Amino acid sequence: MGRKLLLEHAQVEGIRSYEVYRKQGGYRSVEKALKTMSPDGVLEEVKKSGLRGRGGAGFPTGMKWSFLAKPEGVPRYLLCNADESEPGTFKDRYLMEKIPHLLIEGMIVSSFALGANTSYIYIRGEYSWIVFILEKAIQEAYANGWLGKNILGSGYDLDLYVSPGAGAYICGEETALIESLEGKRGNPRVKPPFPAVKGLWQSPTVVNNVETIAAVVPIVNEGGDEYAKIGIGKSTGTKLISAGGNINRPGVYEIELGVPVEEFIYSDEYCGGMKNGKKLKACVPGGSSVPILPHFLINRTANGEQRLMTYESLSDGGFATGSMLGSGGFIVYDEDQCIVRNTWNFARFYRHESCGQCSPCREGTGWMEKVLWRMENGQGKMSDIDMLVDIAKKIEGNTICPLGDAAAWPVAAAIRHFREEFEWHVNEPKACMERNYGLVREPVAV
Amino acid sequence: MPKVKIDGFEIEVPDGTTILQAARMIGGDIVPPAMCYYSSLKGSGSKCRTCMVKVTKGSDKDPRPMPKLVTSCQTMVMDGMEVANTSSEEVLKARAGVVEFLLLNHPLDCPICDQAGECHLQDLAYEHGASGTRYEFERRTFEKIDIGPYIKLHMTRCILCYRCVYVANQLTENRVHGILNRGDHAEISTFIEKAIDNEFSGNMIDVCPVGALTDRTFRFKSRVWFLNPMDAHRDCPTCSGNAVVWMYGNEIFRVTGRKDQYGEVHEFICNTCRFEKKAVSDWHIEGPRNIDRHSVIAQGHYGQKALTVR
Repeated sequence: MGRKLLLEHAQVEGIRSYEVYRKQGGYRSVEKALKTMSPDGVLEEVKKSGLRGRGGAGFPTGMKWSFLAKPEGVPRYLLCNADESEPGTFKDRYLMEKIPHLLIEGMIVSSFALGANTSYIYIRGEYSWIVFILEKAIQEAYANGWLGKNILGSGYDLDLYVSPGAGAYICGEETALIESLEGKRGNPRVKPPFPAVKGLWQSPTVVNNVETIAAVVPIVNEGGDEYAKIGIGKSTGTKLISAGGNINRPGVYEIELGVPVEEFIYSDEYCGGMKNGKKLKACVPGGSSVPILPHFLINRTANGEQRLMTYESLSDGGFATGSMLGSGGFIVYDEDQCIVRNTWNFARFYRHESCGQCSPCREGTGWMEKVLWRMENGQGKMSDIDMLVDIAKKIEGNTICPLGDAAAWPVAAAIRHFREEFEWHVNEPKACMERNYGLVREPVAV
Repeated sequence: MPKVKIDGFEIEVPDGTTILQAARMIGGDIVPPAMCYYSSLKGSGSKCRTCMVKVTKGSDKDPRPMPKLVTSCQTMVMDGMEVANTSSEEVLKARAGVVEFLLLNHPLDCPICDQAGECHLQDLAYEHGASGTRYEFERRTFEKIDIGPYIKLHMTRCILCYRCVYVANQLTENRVHGILNRGDHAEISTFIEKAIDNEFSGNMIDVCPVGALTDRTFRFKSRVWFLNPMDAHRDCPTCSGNAVVWMYGNEIFRVTGRKDQYGEVHEFICNTCRFEKKAVSDWHIEGPRNIDRHSVIAQGHYGQKALTVR
């Protein structure tokens, strides 16, 4: 049984309310940080912990914080990125819904470390009910003196606001999030300047994922060194994984980084094995943007080592034979699932969510979606497969923000590992329609 | 003063110069094409991705090459930087890809488009595009709409460069049009029908690189290459009054701003000059305009000066 740092008290009755949360040891880290530590001391602990960004890119949080420019007389901001919209990922929702005070506690400690006096939680528009949960929790925190002026008599002031978005995936990109928070159209900005220098209202800003901010709480409580003992190598601490797909027990699991992937899928503690005893076909280990892995590369890497749930092990072998931990949206496919259909579904999502600012992403995502839709409907051509690879290559790396990469990677990886299935779709359109939809009919023109 | 080398040509430029500006200082074939960048509009650029170049050496201090292609309109020059534009196969391939993307939903009907002859996308496709398209689906189309008394919007041709949005933001009193929707169904439109009625709104036509925004007082009156562009000025209380009048015989067909060789206007003119002053007596005509970018317009045999340029 792995240690749980974030979801330890998630099942306690009434943990959503302040009283129960406080009774379970909540807000200890605020007391510790504000009474006994300096802002740099907190930063030092986070650096020691080796915590890496949980939103997808895995950038060391301590380093990100230390990049924050600190000019005199300019306010600094901490933004919490709760715009969790990656298909397959639902960990932040679970955390905010169950233990909203954990996020608020993390926000207070992190804002203290960064010297921010105003902080925002930018939450996805679809999580409308969580806005009320968070606002109620913030009210309770104000009422009990954890927010507002002169917190715990330390002279530190903090105001915390919740700001709902309108449901755009692109607003999870940090500069688009800032634009959206400023009330503009959520188009990503050109970097540099980076948000750490010029972010929200042209002031230095740090944007962190919900889970990253929540993880600061156990780091301050137990110390960075203690936190770093969990995990393997540079992947320290615990990570929330949202497991979905054809498994017996889908849900959010907190794992110690370093659990073998095989154990994660098959052990009863986590996913509980494949549903109906079917065979494992493929797995997307970190949300829809990361490359898909075929069954023979899930449990073992290309050079025969055991694949572990760590940043390094999952990306072992680069994109040729590896993938990424990403945001932790773990999707498992059994033998009956159609990779072409799945790829089309992802492509459709990225087409819909592209902001339309730069041309490769705007036009390329739509093109890929149309070609994949045609293939799925039995009108595909053999040359389409190479064309898709070519389109993906031309989008990747040529866009302002990473959405272009995120749209190109799953298509390129699916063709890399499942080319036969794409070819089968082209050669046997009737047979694949029968498998996917259970009907025998002539392919329709699209 | 940093020194930068672009395709082997070295130049010393002031601090804070972008690669594109440095390339334009050198001039010639090594200048990357730009569809969305407009030097006089703050914040423009980096959207079309046609100006991407390869930085093969970061600077003297940090000689590592940059991992990805960078947009030359946004990337600042560093001392000792080496840039490959036309000499890099990778850049040309990526640019051909971008041109293909731009042409996916753009109609390929230049013969019936009013912008033909002075269209940047036409030039770009001619230089970097493929001879055919691989796109086999229906293109996105829109109805033509009047977005104001003088401007016609044909959204089908738009490449979403955002230049007209920046014009409205930076030149006019308030912006009443913008981008609606997102992705490949994004469109430029006014929030209220026919709402654009501002003294400087006509500049949206000048900055539009394609035929999406056109002059309603000139549409389909004549092909641009049949007209003789003349530098002219008038005493205007609102703008500088420096413009180009496009003449056929003794008749003025249209008035535009003075575009430089990269198609950029630096002195924006007002709507009175552009749409209402169309009599020869309104203008002091200085002489033939130097046209060296739009070769097809320079075909007009109206002055020795125009013919001798390049």
